[in-house]
Amino acid sequence: MLAFLVQRISQAFLVMFVISVIAFAIQDGLGDPLQQMVGMSVSEEEREALRDELGLNDPIVVQYLRFAGNALQGDLGNSYFYSKPTLEVIAEHLPATLELVIGASLIIVFLSVPIGVYAAIRPQAWLSKFFMGISTVGISIPVFLTAIVLIQLFSIGVTVNWFPSDTGWGQWFNDFFSTDGGMPSYGRGGDLVHLFGTWESGLFTSEGLAHLVLPCVSLASIMLPLFIRLIRAEMMEVLQSDYIRYARAKGLSAGRINFLHALKNTMLPVITVGGVQIGIMVAYTILTETVFQWPGLGLMFLEAITRSDIPLIVAYLMVVGLIFVVTNTVVDLVYGLVNPTVKLTGKKA
Amino acid sequence: MKKLIAAFLGSMVLAAAPVALSAEATRELKMAYDADPVTLDIHEQLSGGILQLSHMTFDPLVRWTSDLSFEPRLAESWERVDENTMRFKLREGVKFHSGNELTTADVKFTFNRLKRSQDFKAIFQPFSGINIIDDYTFELVTSEPYPLLLNTATYIFPLDSEFYSGQTEDGKDKDAISKHGSSFASENLSGTGPYVVTERKQGVRVEFERFDDYWDTESPGNVGRIVLTPIKENNTRVSALLSGGVDFIAPVPPNDLERIKRDKNANLVTMSGTRIILFHMNGERVEAFKDPRVRQAIAYSINQEGIAAKIMKGFATPAAQMSPAGYQGHNESLSPRFDVEKAQSLMKEAGYEDGFTISMMAPNNRYVNDDKIAQAVAAMLARINITVDLKTLPKAQYWTEYDNRAADMMMIGWHADTEDSANFFEFLTFCPDADSGAGQYNAGNYCNPEVDALVEKASVETDLDKRAAMLQEAEKRLYDDAAFVPLHWQDLAWASKKKVNIEPVLNVMNFPYLGDLVVE
Repeated sequence: MLAFLVQRISQAFLVMFVISVIAFAIQDGLGDPLQQMVGMSVSEEEREALRDELGLNDPIVVQYLRFAGNALQGDLGNSYFYSKPTLEVIAEHLPATLELVIGASLIIVFLSVPIGVYAAIRPQAWLSKFFMGISTVGISIPVFLTAIVLIQLFSIGVTVNWFPSDTGWGQWFNDFFSTDGGMPSYGRGGDLVHLFGTWESGLFTSEGLAHLVLPCVSLASIMLPLFIRLIRAEMMEVLQSDYIRYARAKGLSAGRINFLHALKNTMLPVITVGGVQIGIMVAYTILTETVFQWPGLGLMFLEAITRSDIPLIVAYLMVVGLIFVVTNTVVDLVYGLVNPTVKLTGKKA
Repeated sequence: MKKLIAAFLGSMVLAAAPVALSAEATRELKMAYDADPVTLDIHEQLSGGILQLSHMTFDPLVRWTSDLSFEPRLAESWERVDENTMRFKLREGVKFHSGNELTTADVKFTFNRLKRSQDFKAIFQPFSGINIIDDYTFELVTSEPYPLLLNTATYIFPLDSEFYSGQTEDGKDKDAISKHGSSFASENLSGTGPYVVTERKQGVRVEFERFDDYWDTESPGNVGRIVLTPIKENNTRVSALLSGGVDFIAPVPPNDLERIKRDKNANLVTMSGTRIILFHMNGERVEAFKDPRVRQAIAYSINQEGIAAKIMKGFATPAAQMSPAGYQGHNESLSPRFDVEKAQSLMKEAGYEDGFTISMMAPNNRYVNDDKIAQAVAAMLARINITVDLKTLPKAQYWTEYDNRAADMMMIGWHADTEDSANFFEFLTFCPDADSGAGQYNAGNYCNPEVDALVEKASVETDLDKRAAMLQEAEKRLYDDAAFVPLHWQDLAWASKKKVNIEPVLNVMNFPYLGDLVVE
């Protein structure tokens, strides 16, 4: 166990080192940060002076060593745009992203498990076919399109007049397909509760929760079909296995077989995939946050790129790298707990 | 009983008093721009966002009206003392947010700080100093006669000298201007303007509240609270307005103009803008561009009206020169000259009938539809056998390429900080000179000393009619010589809910005077 942790921690350092080197190597391609900091009519002389002040004229290796030296002391530099330490900026944006990811994960868990199990137990039912059809469509629609459609339907509202409105049934159908809108379409709202540190939460007020709905649904929409299909496939396989047949033969109730014995073994691979997918979800937040102007890490990163805010870009990549390493480690640990036959360090048993 | 009535009446008055006061400014305005102010220090950066903030929280000495004349603000009146000196009378009884009273000492403090600011010092370069006569009278002095003195005075937003003087707790000077790292002024603000910043979370929201002691009691403005949210994504910004999440948005993307026009609850205002979009032709990289006939052929081959109508959806004014209408240098006689046959015959005459290949670069997220415009221009050039190798880049990378003059034709959009024609020439067509900074954005390396001399002469001409004639002559000469390829002036658009009466407070400089905004 200890050896495993040591191995993972050194792995984390290696990942961060590689990321920082790559980020530094490509920074010339990220553009000139000065362009965002000064007006168009500022002379080249003034720009040069500012570049000197920021140390941008030093050779890249000197810049990297300076950065690495500070990084070892926990200082990842100052963001050009926010004029604050990058880690502080990231800490301010992290809660918004986490709440978004948590919200989306909850939607995924509470929908994918029942739907997946149902589709496995009754593969021929029309409802199963309906869910599988929807999930195929869902997986092939890009997240931003889902988001835009959701905004149009539930924020702006749609008035439908496909049916003759002078007849009673026509009007009824028109009303049925029309939406009122009114859901918040951007940001987190003004009514946030301060929890601790930089964490301002939207989970405790109705306004904050209302703002979470559309972004969470959009973000969940890309992962939900994947999990439904995964759970269904795993579950169907488990249902074919011998111990389930014995259980049936023994006369156990269907509920007990399906939910106690079968589901438990179904969830093993789902947990592994889920852990990795949460990391990927952090990446998908970039799209969702952009469309909903959600003030989280994804939006911050995208804007840092357009502003060539290099210190912030580097710090973001390193933090996300760390998140990936940590979630993978946690997943491996959980896996080991659920299935004791798995050896973490790969030693021979 | 009498006592009781008196007490009753007294309480009525007490209860009514605050209501009467706040009845003037009780409305709330939620607005979304594409970005929020980068800093609270209005001298840190010269940009549209900072000027918008300046007009909300400070007041200038004079400001532009919507028809581009001047309106007195903190300066009540002004008169020319001699060729180089203008005397201003300051408004009395004006209070800063901190409670301090405005005097000429504040103007002097501000002027000196502007001279120190990296972004503003170039604009204030013609000024040699400021003379304080008394608490409410001062003179601005230029080293040479300067016709744009009042234009420049629109950039003087007096700062609260007492508030910005001294040191912070950790020993930093409060008046320091810092481009990176935080400073006192980048986080604290005290101006004379209609709004006080009450809360600010960078990139998320800024909240303003009406300043109780605002000097301009005649202002019709009735907005007591403003919440500004930056929404960068065009689609999201428009959705926020249509869904009722915000009351006022800017800018409005051309693709959504129709959608907003159709909405019965929304109000759309468009204006012809002052930002010229043009292409330079680099004569140092391409031999053929040194031949005026080739440059003219290119000018004849470009269909500005087509671009404005098809690509910009009517959201642009086709241009044949740099100065927009209303500027002194705007020459009415110059109009777009699209004529492909003429262009082809000019190419033949110049000996380039078979054409040649050039490289072209344009940004793809800086100006409205910039990449599509570049594609259209490339297609138009193909008709005179010029093959274009086009590359479009995000703005973060584009400007580095631009500074290196990395392509034969490069796109730029320019807005004159001084709201004056001479600025266009100085930056875009003057013979490039690294020492003086002239022609800093002249990516064509076009050099016409005669025109430069004409513009320089105009820059010290205080007789405005004579000056206008000179600048118009300069535009005509560049037009005849086809020094660059002008495309259009990008239009401006704002949208709001019907109950927000935005039109009277908007102007072509794109800093809405929100202090005067009326919401029904």
